[in-house]
Amino acid sequence: MRLKLLGLAAAVALLAACSSDQDAAGTGSVTGATSATAPTTNAGAVRPGTRQDFEVNVGDRVFFGFDQYDLSPEARSTLDRQAQWLNQYRAVTIQVEGHADERGTREYNLALGERRANAVKNYLVARGVDPNRVGVISYGKERPAVLGSNEAAWAQNRRGVTVVQ
Amino acid sequence: MTMSAFMTRCDRLARLAVLALAVLVAGAAAARAELRVDITRGTVQPMPIAITDLLGQGQSEGQIGRDISAVVSADLERSGLFKPIDKRAFIQDLVSLQQQPRFADWQVLRAQALVSGTVEPQPDGLVRVAFRLWDVAAQQHLTGFAYRIEPKAWRRVAHKIADQIYERITGEKGYFDSRVVYIAESGPANQRVKRLAVMDQDGENNQFLTDGRSLVLTPRYSPTTEEITYLSFFNNRPRVYLFNLETGRQEVLGDFPGMTFAPRFSPDGNRVLMSMAANGNTEIYAMDLRTRRTQQLTNHPAIDTAPSFSDDGSRIVFESDRGGTQQLYVMGADGSDVKRITFGQGRYANPVWSPRGDLIAFTRLYQGRFYIGVIRPDGTGERLITEAYHVEGPTWAPNGRVLMYFKETPSSDGRSRRARLYSIDLTGQNEREVVTPMDASDPAWSPLIP
Repeated sequence: MRLKLLGLAAAVALLAACSSDQDAAGTGSVTGATSATAPTTNAGAVRPGTRQDFEVNVGDRVFFGFDQYDLSPEARSTLDRQAQWLNQYRAVTIQVEGHADERGTREYNLALGERRANAVKNYLVARGVDPNRVGVISYGKERPAVLGSNEAAWAQNRRGVTVVQ
Repeated sequence: MTMSAFMTRCDRLARLAVLALAVLVAGAAAARAELRVDITRGTVQPMPIAITDLLGQGQSEGQIGRDISAVVSADLERSGLFKPIDKRAFIQDLVSLQQQPRFADWQVLRAQALVSGTVEPQPDGLVRVAFRLWDVAAQQHLTGFAYRIEPKAWRRVAHKIADQIYERITGEKGYFDSRVVYIAESGPANQRVKRLAVMDQDGENNQFLTDGRSLVLTPRYSPTTEEITYLSFFNNRPRVYLFNLETGRQEVLGDFPGMTFAPRFSPDGNRVLMSMAANGNTEIYAMDLRTRRTQQLTNHPAIDTAPSFSDDGSRIVFESDRGGTQQLYVMGADGSDVKRITFGQGRYANPVWSPRGDLIAFTRLYQGRFYIGVIRPDGTGERLITEAYHVEGPTWAPNGRVLMYFKETPSSDGRSRRARLYSIDLTGQNEREVVTPMDASDPAWSPLIP
């Protein structure tokens, strides 16, 4: 009700103001999609250059192998799209989150998440994104995207997520 | 000074004024060989001990006496080394017991040790708590002491009595008068709320130190028990912080360009070891808390983290994946002379040097299971102590005889977790849950409270 009164632009701004934690808990990833998909109800109304545009039309995350931080061909193609988008919207700054699955120890996973976030950052920078636009943070195993104690869940939690600020 | 400073910051623990420490009977050394639990063997037959209620002069002193005895009983029972005898079986009354134990009355209960004592009001509002430990078979007094305390401080005196009994009978220092800092957890796994919390080692006097707005991890006690160092994600900048328990002040340690984490105090409390991650590489640093100067101790493209000083501060154990997988390494306190000490299958993580110096505890991951184990600093004598779907993060009791760690158990659908603290004897016997008000992880044991 209230949201209607705010109008679409404000609603998009609200979405953009959501914390990254809430993104990680988004319904798209929990239901088992291979990459994050934002709620589709507004898809027709996505404004170019917004966080929602990035998540829906580009793809905000890449996945890693167990205890790995090298980028798969699939991850590279996602990051190529991210770089292209970022080179188009040059005012946007991003934070790359590195995450690990739960099958490691806490401190090592923090270091591993930092490696993953930097692998993503370095790739984007190599594709022409100004490093000053790219922050990194590691959450280790603290913020799983998918709940579950199986390989399918862990594979989606070993991720680098590019969050439009 | 340190004791009163500690007390003011723990509001539920009253200020404890130690005005008299009296060993009541000399000649205890002569009886030393008589009564002993040998705790060096794997399994121990717990020693039957009769712990009577301390006799109070008035109603409130009577309650204190009963409360103290219950806590002493619980401490000793939880150690796995003592078996308190049901007090309903006691024959001798408390009043005559204060004159002299009738040892035959305790022998028929098969008690090997006997604890008696009194709680007396003092004119200044304090109470005098006195206890005595007896060897039933030898019919001898072994040890005892008296404290003048504020009545609210009874619980701490109980832990001190339990420590004294433990020490007299095992020949090892006790560990009951100590605290544990840990992370209290609530909420769903993907939006977990984590708060710093402290409690007595038996789970009592729980107190939250942070409100959960910032993610906090891996707290560790300073050797003075006055400060805690930990990782906070305050303002989305994960950095190592210092929390002063007396003032409640929180302070970021150093001005590092990248994430700092995995902090731990040096045994003298003057330095904090930590890792810094920047540009995809994690190295170990030492910060001098007096000068605030930092020194880089490792220099390797691998992940080097989880450093822990040896008991004498001369060496550091840490984990590194420089050999391909996480393994444990020992180096000098200045970063020199790095030597790998683990070569087993799987991965080794979060090493913690025992306060006795003889062993290093660690977490091991092997074929999808997690283990807590110990190994000698030279890499020999590895023993795995416990194993589960997920156990992690061992911490040593002040006497180096008991470990605490956390265990996570997934729900049957795998979508949620139960996280709890457990203690276990170094031998792998006597695993016990340490009851916390909510889910808990990352425990760190304090030294004995000064």
